[in-house]
Parts: sequence; structure tokens; C-alpha cells
Amino acid sequence: MKGNEAIAEAAIRAGADAYFGYPITPQSEVLEYLMAEKPHERTGMVVLQAESEIAAINMVYGGAACGRKVFTSSSSPGISLKQEGLSYIAGAELPCLVVNVVRGGPGLGTIQPAQSDYFQATRGGGHGDYRVIVLAPYSVQEMADFVGMGFDLAFKYRNPAMILTDGALGQMMEKVLLKEQQPRMTEYPEWATTGKGTDREKNVITSLDLDSAGQEKFNRKIQDKYRQMKEEEVRFEVTECEDAEYLIVAYGTSARICQKSVQLARDKGIKAGLFRPVTLFPFPEKPLREMAEKVKGVLSVEMSAGQMVEDVLLAVNGRIKVGHYGRMGGILPTADEIVEALENKFAKK
Amino acid sequence: MAKVKGVIIVDKEKCKGCELCIHACPTSVISMSGEVNAKGYHFACMKNPDACTGCTNCAIVCPDGVIMVYREKKV
Amino acid sequence: MDKTIVKAGNLVYRRTPVMNDNVMHYCPGCGHGTVHRLIAEVIEEMDIQSETIGIAPVGCSVLIYNYLEIDMQEAAHGRAPALATAAKRLMPEKYVFTYQGDGDLAAIGTAETIHAANRGEDISVFFINNGIYGMTGGQMAPTTLPGMVSSTSPYGRDIKMMGNPLKITELVARLPGAYFVTRQAVHTPSSVRKAKKAIRRAFENQTHKKGLSLVEIVSNCNSGWKMTPVEANKWMVDNMFPFYPPGDIKLNGKLVNKEKE
Repeated sequence: MKGNEAIAEAAIRAGADAYFGYPITPQSEVLEYLMAEKPHERTGMVVLQAESEIAAINMVYGGAACGRKVFTSSSSPGISLKQEGLSYIAGAELPCLVVNVVRGGPGLGTIQPAQSDYFQATRGGGHGDYRVIVLAPYSVQEMADFVGMGFDLAFKYRNPAMILTDGALGQMMEKVLLKEQQPRMTEYPEWATTGKGTDREKNVITSLDLDSAGQEKFNRKIQDKYRQMKEEEVRFEVTECEDAEYLIVAYGTSARICQKSVQLARDKGIKAGLFRPVTLFPFPEKPLREMAEKVKGVLSVEMSAGQMVEDVLLAVNGRIKVGHYGRMGGILPTADEIVEALENKFAKK
Repeated sequence: MAKVKGVIIVDKEKCKGCELCIHACPTSVISMSGEVNAKGYHFACMKNPDACTGCTNCAIVCPDGVIMVYREKKV
Repeated sequence: MDKTIVKAGNLVYRRTPVMNDNVMHYCPGCGHGTVHRLIAEVIEEMDIQSETIGIAPVGCSVLIYNYLEIDMQEAAHGRAPALATAAKRLMPEKYVFTYQGDGDLAAIGTAETIHAANRGEDISVFFINNGIYGMTGGQMAPTTLPGMVSSTSPYGRDIKMMGNPLKITELVARLPGAYFVTRQAVHTPSSVRKAKKAIRRAFENQTHKKGLSLVEIVSNCNSGWKMTPVEANKWMVDNMFPFYPPGDIKLNGKLVNKEKE
């Protein structure tokens, strides 16, 4: 199954209520798969091709406001268009899932894979002080698994969650073990706008508070949520780190390549290990800091000019040397290049 | 002949004195009070109560919905 | 005043309980309050308070949810029809309406308006057209008349420089998904009664799943136009109505008159 298809099928099985999307390469298979699968017949799920990414994310806003499990997907330029809606959704404290199958930018850029939307994803992306939970799968299996996890986290925190993946994983074919079909929700959260019964006050979904004191109070409240995420939701994976002298930090497609680099480096006698952040927000800051204290250097490998490296630097906080190696424009780094970069930065002295 | 008599009750604290009701009244019942409410608006009142037929026109055009209307057939 | 008349049995008009007692923030004489009340009255009369979800816009009426006692969602500027689309598709048995001004519906939200109508979403769209951006202080709107003065067309709207006003209601009426399209006003008792009938019809069309209904209300903006409410209503009749003539444009899925080109 293709990564994009795995996301679509996993969403149907997770009991998603609706998908709203707009075609863009390299993620159009999500919408194509959903349309072909007729989930309205399988589970009653709504699938709609919107007139734009902006409309799609605002349909997500409307559906989420009804307490439903709704999601959308797009790729970088389309995700930029969705940022206004994401800011409103975060400001209205609604759950939703957004998938970004990243391609190289800026602008129209390229349709090839990249990781250059890291800043946008992990810093909120739109206007205002908010964050989005960001999950970074590195296999087709994780593409599928993170759909359910994304919905769960989104509902737990009443906050958007994002799967940040890339064109390589979206198009990659791998075997996937899919979960059994989950039923769709039949009861909705008490805040949902489902019609004001006589037994409750009206529900209003809004991100507006013209009173500055109220707005600050609201901001403190959502900041508390983000702090809680940092404490409870950090996920990461380590490979060959027990005796590592050098740490490679990489997520998603880069992490796959870096697994190979770790082996190549070890073949050359360089004790490298891989630290793979699975949640990019919350970033695994503490575990990385702890691991970094035991090594001589950390190399951040990304398909970007160097974005995650800033979080690595913050985590390491000047204690050891941090380097970055990246390719851009849709080019994947090779495992050899990465080893070479590791040698140049740290090992060759 | 039976005569239809009406009375309007204006929530004077919520009236904003826009005067649309004055123009909607077919029997020239309403005028603006010389007094002002807490917000500083002159408010609508019945200057000519005997002419009121309780037709509800004033209440219907009132943007702030501050007029209640009562009507009775007087024999 | 004959106080004996004031008793429960004689009450012929009172504020609908679908509106609460909050004092509306609108300027004196503003049509928004009247349209809010008509929507609330129709919801009360149809007994659909527990089944109605309203979508608020960005603009003067952004705070409509402070006044109506129904579940509401506050959309981003222009996006109300997208939210309504999702709400209605996820809850087809509910009544879903948007409430939007001219900037929201006919400028920034044009795509959402046109496509929701063209898809034939079973929603009601209430469109308040006062030819100006009221909330931000009276700037030129997509519906500002030729020659009309606003804070961003201080010498009057110059068509050559600023483009033409958009008759989006006529545009929507031509789309196959639009079932009922009408233009109303709320400046006189009779116009208010007609507008209310149109609003009711727009809601009833949802019962029968007929497609999108759009009710435009040509309204005043006394503050923006810098007139008294009574003068503004007169100005509206003299200037807005020739360009935006009240009346039904599409009834039961059929255009009422072949429009004059």
C-alpha cells in the first residue's frame, strides 16, 4: 500500500466522520483513495472535494465544531493556505487532524519530497501563540498508525494534530498491518454545536475575545496545554545509541536513510547512533539533552536548510557541538553523504 | 362600533432612540422622550396613547426589539 | 394610556425567547438587529431552536452569537459557507444557516459562497448588504455603489479605478444548486414582514432538502453613511434599491424574470 493510501484507509478504520480535501501533488491519492473506497457506504463517513485548501480547512473547522472526527490532507503550498483555518481551529480549541505530505519549496517549489515545513508545523504556522501536535512517521506502517493516534491526541487536548510526512513516504509502497474497523462516534463532546437542547446552555465555538484580560487568560490556558503535551506526549526512538559517540538526529524519510548511515559509519569504526524524534511538537528535548551529554557531537540531518537543528541546539543548550547536514529542493541525502558529513564535522580532526 | 385599543411598552433602558418606530407608526402615537436613559439616548414613548391601535408596526421595525405591544377590542 | 389593556391575554408582540436580553452592540437603527430578530422569530415559530446551528461571519455581526439562543460557530472571514457545508453534511437533519455581510460574502468569501451554492448545499444564507465595511470604519465594499463615498473611496467609487460593484445575489441565482434567491429589506413594517416570510421559506427549504437558499437584505449603515437612521433608510430606497432592487430572483429553482442585461 502507498503511504497516502494507508492514511486514507486508516482514517476510515479509525471511525473518521469526514474528510475535506483538495488535490495537490504528492498527496492526491488520499482523496482519490477515499472517493474510490466509498466510505459513505462503508461507515457513513463524509468525503468532499472542496473548492480550495482554504475551504477544505474551514469545512474541517465546521465539522470539528460539531464534535466530529474530521481531517484534511495537503502538501506544502496547500498547507500554507490552511494556516488561517488552523489558527482559528486552535483558537477555538477544536480537535482535527491535518496531514502534510511535504514537498520542496518555497513557492510552487517542486513536487519532490522535502522536510522544509518543519518550522511552519512546529511553531504553529498561522498567526497567534498556538502550537499543533506534530507526528512524524518514518514508514508506511506509521503513516497508518499515526492517524488514530493523531485523532486521539487532538481530542485529548482539543487541539489540531498534524502528521508531517513527505512525498517519499506518501508515494512509498510497503506492507501495512491495518487495525480493525472502529465504529464512528455516536455521542459527541458536550461543547459540540449539535443543536441547543432544553437541557443545556447554548454552545458557541469561537476564537474571539475582545477583552484583553480574557484573551490573555485564554492564551495562558492553551499554553498550559502545550506544557502538558511536553510532559506527557513526547515520543522518540533510538537506534544503536548505547555506546554511541556521535548522535545523528533525524525524522521521517531522513531517519530511514540515517539508519543506513549509522551502519556505514560503524563499519568505518565511527560509533554513531540514531535519535529519531517521533513527535516534533512536543520535541523530545529532555531525552535528547540526556543522550547528548554522553556523546562528542550531534548531527541534525534534514531535507531542509536546517530547521530542526534549531530545536536540537535548544535541547543541547551549548553543551556539545551540533552540526547540520541537509539537502533541499526535493533531493534525498544519500547514506554515504551523511557519513561523510559526520566525518567532516566531528570525526576527522 | 368596537374600537381596537393598543398599548406599547418600551424597554427604555435598551432603546437607542433611532426613531424608526416613529416613522413606522400609522397613527402618530410615538415620540422621543425629553429624558435620556442611562446610555444617554432619548427613548421612544407614547405621546398620543389614545391613538394606538396595537398594530405592532413599531415593534416590528425596532432593530433592538425593545417594544412590547398589547391590544384589546373595546366595545 | 389605558393600563387595563396591559395583561397577558392581550399581548400581541413580545421579544422572542430565541433572543436573549443582551443589549446588541449595533448602532441605533441598524438593520442587523432587525434581521437577527426575524431569524430568531422564525426559529421560534418553526420550533427548531434545538435543531438549528448558525454560522457567524467576521464583520459587524461577528457577535450575533451573543444574542441568539442557539448553538453557533464563529467562522473566519468569508468562510461561513464552508463551515456550514460541513455542519450540514455531518448533521443532515439539522437546520444550518450562515449570516454574512457584503465584505464577508461577496469579497473575501466569494469562492465559498459560489461553490456552496453551486454544490446545492442544503443551507440558508442570510446576506446583509449595506454597501460598506461597517465594522472597520466604513471602507469600500464589493457592493459599494458607483460614485458612493466611503473611507477608501473618499471621492466616490470610481469604476475605472476601483472596479464595479458585484451583484453576487444575481450571480448565485444562476447557479443550478441555488433553489431560492431573493432580495429583501427591513426598513418598513411591510418590508420586515416580507423579509420574515423569505427567511422562513429559506429555512423550510432545508426541511425539503431543496438546495441552497440565499436571502439578501439590503440594509443601512447609518454610521458608515454618516446619516441618521431615518435619513439612511431614505437614502437606501433612493440609491441602493435602483441598483439592488428588492424582490424574488429565483423561486422553486426557477429564475423569476429573465434578468435585464
